[in-house]
Amino acid sequence: MNILADAAKYDVSCASSGSKRKNENKGLGNASNGICHSYTEDGRCVSLLKILLTNHCIYDCAYCVSRKSNDIKRAGFTVQEVVDLTINFYRRNYIEGLFLSSGIFKDADHTMERLVRVAKKLRTEHNFNGYIHLKSIPGASDELMREAGLYADRLSINLEMPTESGLKLLAPDKNRQDMIQPMGFLKQQIIQNTEEKKLFKKAPIFAPAGQSTQMIVGATAENDKEVLNSANYFYKNFNLKRVYYSGYVPVLADKRLPGLNTEVPMIRENRLYQADWLMRFYGFRVNEIVNDQNPILDLDIDPKLSWALRNQQVFPIDINKADLQLILRVPGIGVQSAQKIISARQFRKLNWDNIKALGVAINRAKYFITCNSNIFEKRDLMGTAIKQFILAESQSKYLKKIQPQLSLF
Amino acid sequence: MTTIIYDATFEGLLTVVFEIYERKLLQVKLHKEEFRNGALFEEVLTIGTDEIKAKRVLKGLKERLSSEGIKRLYITHMAEMPDSDIILLGYIRHVFDSERNIEEDYGNKYVLRLSELTKMIGRERHRMEAFIRFQKLSDETFYAAIEPDFNVLPLLIKHFRDRYADQKWIIYDLKRKYGIYYDLEKVEYMEVEFSADGNYSKLPEIYFEDEQLYQHLWKNYFNSVNIPSRKNLRLHLRHIPKRYWKHLTEKI
Repeated sequence: MNILADAAKYDVSCASSGSKRKNENKGLGNASNGICHSYTEDGRCVSLLKILLTNHCIYDCAYCVSRKSNDIKRAGFTVQEVVDLTINFYRRNYIEGLFLSSGIFKDADHTMERLVRVAKKLRTEHNFNGYIHLKSIPGASDELMREAGLYADRLSINLEMPTESGLKLLAPDKNRQDMIQPMGFLKQQIIQNTEEKKLFKKAPIFAPAGQSTQMIVGATAENDKEVLNSANYFYKNFNLKRVYYSGYVPVLADKRLPGLNTEVPMIRENRLYQADWLMRFYGFRVNEIVNDQNPILDLDIDPKLSWALRNQQVFPIDINKADLQLILRVPGIGVQSAQKIISARQFRKLNWDNIKALGVAINRAKYFITCNSNIFEKRDLMGTAIKQFILAESQSKYLKKIQPQLSLF
Repeated sequence: MTTIIYDATFEGLLTVVFEIYERKLLQVKLHKEEFRNGALFEEVLTIGTDEIKAKRVLKGLKERLSSEGIKRLYITHMAEMPDSDIILLGYIRHVFDSERNIEEDYGNKYVLRLSELTKMIGRERHRMEAFIRFQKLSDETFYAAIEPDFNVLPLLIKHFRDRYADQKWIIYDLKRKYGIYYDLEKVEYMEVEFSADGNYSKLPEIYFEDEQLYQHLWKNYFNSVNIPSRKNLRLHLRHIPKRYWKHLTEKI
């Protein structure tokens, strides 16, 4: 188990939410909003039993610990072993369910068939209604993918690299089309199932938590603009629930890769997630965050502040009058406090004390808003000055180790 | 300033509200029954629960608040937080003094504070849903001990009944000395006689035979998924504060 858990840990998805599987048969478990049951010392959540069925693999992808040419211990689980572990961990409230992936042994269909068999056994023989996330194996047949969707809550295919050229360089045996094809098939099936659900309440549920993917950042030379545009493309065209960005952890020496002593690009990864959030929850378009003039996200400030400083003509806005969409764009105001502002201002005009009590970070927001008060920022400050003021007042955990993105190559 | 001594029940609190309006009291302090230190007070009033008065206040609240809003008041009272009843009192007075539903009036300090308290209770409940670790006993009952910051055990019943419908389980609050027990049919409140040190978990012979094996596997798994080059203890501690560690299998 140690080998197979260790090899699976670089898969970053840990979501156990977004499903709606109920415990209707007096069986074991349910899946709805997701719970993080524990946290590793690196601060990531442990929600699912995340393991590989085997780390035997016919592929030789440069970034992967399980690649064929890497001289490591190989191991494998039987279907029954994975089932027993899942059930016994679940009954003790250690986990929300299973995230099962695998190295490719023999061929795609063989591997996929084995993954599906685990899910099927859990659902049909053990009445298990907990969360199941299966990795879709690139190149697996439609028939197997359809069966996987019937038993799993979420399916995912890792795109691995943000662009096709990056993939060619590091994973020459893999082919982007093999990844996109099942993704398109699942999208169709999910849409079709939603339609059927509307007509027949009893129609079986199909991958209720949708699809997600992951790309490795910092192993190849793609800039943030390429990464985010790629993510945006998959959100739009394949209805993905999530795109995960995985800062490259140097595990192997290879002249195509950054050296072994390279630091994990954690800040960059963090900024990418912030940008991803801006696209999904704050109504930003991808080209507002990154474009030809600004292809790289600032490391020292977050992408929202960065946008605000580039677009100072929009501000200041009046917190007691502006639309929700505009309030969401103010640095220092999150989704929850924006909604609270909209509710609370129906009762009274809000002043600085009110806004602060609602949870707004005044030290950032004060440069961009006015409220029911005569005190507000009256100086006509340059963007660079605002940035200096804000940085001086905040103690970012990252400030010490800012490293420019380009120096990696 | 009037000091009111009441019985600390929800109905008792509602009765206090009734008396405040009846006697036109402006500023009040609340103290629970056991508190008796009369010499300091200007004016002390002892108010016991009056079912009829409490019901009238509740009826009035129902006309002015959503059912969610009523539930929030009840849950906050039940959680037994230090300053909750004084906030509830202020909140309820604001409800009756306003023309319309004030549930979203976050500019008012009581409304805002109640939303914070509700959030704290919700967070503690969610932590319990996450951090409870069952141990399988020899009679195949799954047992877990907890020590939550607030009294959230009643809020856990639905979640665990829905999830573990096919196994018997006990969740016991060591701080408040009561538990909930599910017998495959229904959930009941219970009390247990403990040994002097109050600890069930020092008796390994009562465990089911595979319990140690799975605890061992879980600890192993937990250590294997850590990525040492990304170590971030500050974040780790923010997610799992130390006070929860003693009941977490993987942190013992």
